[in-house]
Amino acid sequence: MILCRVIGNSVATVKHACFDGKSVLVVQPVRGDGSTPIGKSFLSVDSVQAGVGDLVLCAREGNTARQILGKDSDPLHSVILGVVDTVNVD
Amino acid sequence: MQLAKVLGTVVATMKHDSLTGVRLLLIQPQDENGVPDGDAIVAADPLQAGVGELVEWTTGREAALALPVTYSPVDAAVVRIVDHAWSDPKYLGGDR
Repeated sequence: MILCRVIGNSVATVKHACFDGKSVLVVQPVRGDGSTPIGKSFLSVDSVQAGVGDLVLCAREGNTARQILGKDSDPLHSVILGVVDTVNVD
Repeated sequence: MQLAKVLGTVVATMKHDSLTGVRLLLIQPQDENGVPDGDAIVAADPLQAGVGELVEWTTGREAALALPVTYSPVDAAVVRIVDHAWSDPKYLGGDR
């Protein structure tokens, strides 16, 4: 699981059926401070009503995404699984 | 899952049986602002995306799950034809 900041959104009409009714957000991996970007942004399916600007917990692995969002046969590789309230780093 | 621009189509006559009837596209991975990310790849396309369209593709085991035959030797597949995608770095600070 990685910390990400939701920085954008996407809209699609033609899509695999498993995406029906789900929002796909643009997320940017960040450091523990919540604002320093690490690497490239990517797309993730929302499962927790996250919005643009939220710090979220993101899984970038297929089995997690399928367990949380759908059937075993859904082509989902990334899912937002939590909205982060605070991060404490010593 | 990532965005890509469709550059063209790929035709292969001799191929694994599970890929019969599956469209293959040459796609250039990019971010939501159109900045290319790495080299172009070949992806299976069950959605009939056209050249020049913005698509979302997935990699890993999930790629094959997007196809009619889900036990296929495929590591990249188109899962959405994206009408619009955007991002703004101002949200990195967390302000809504």
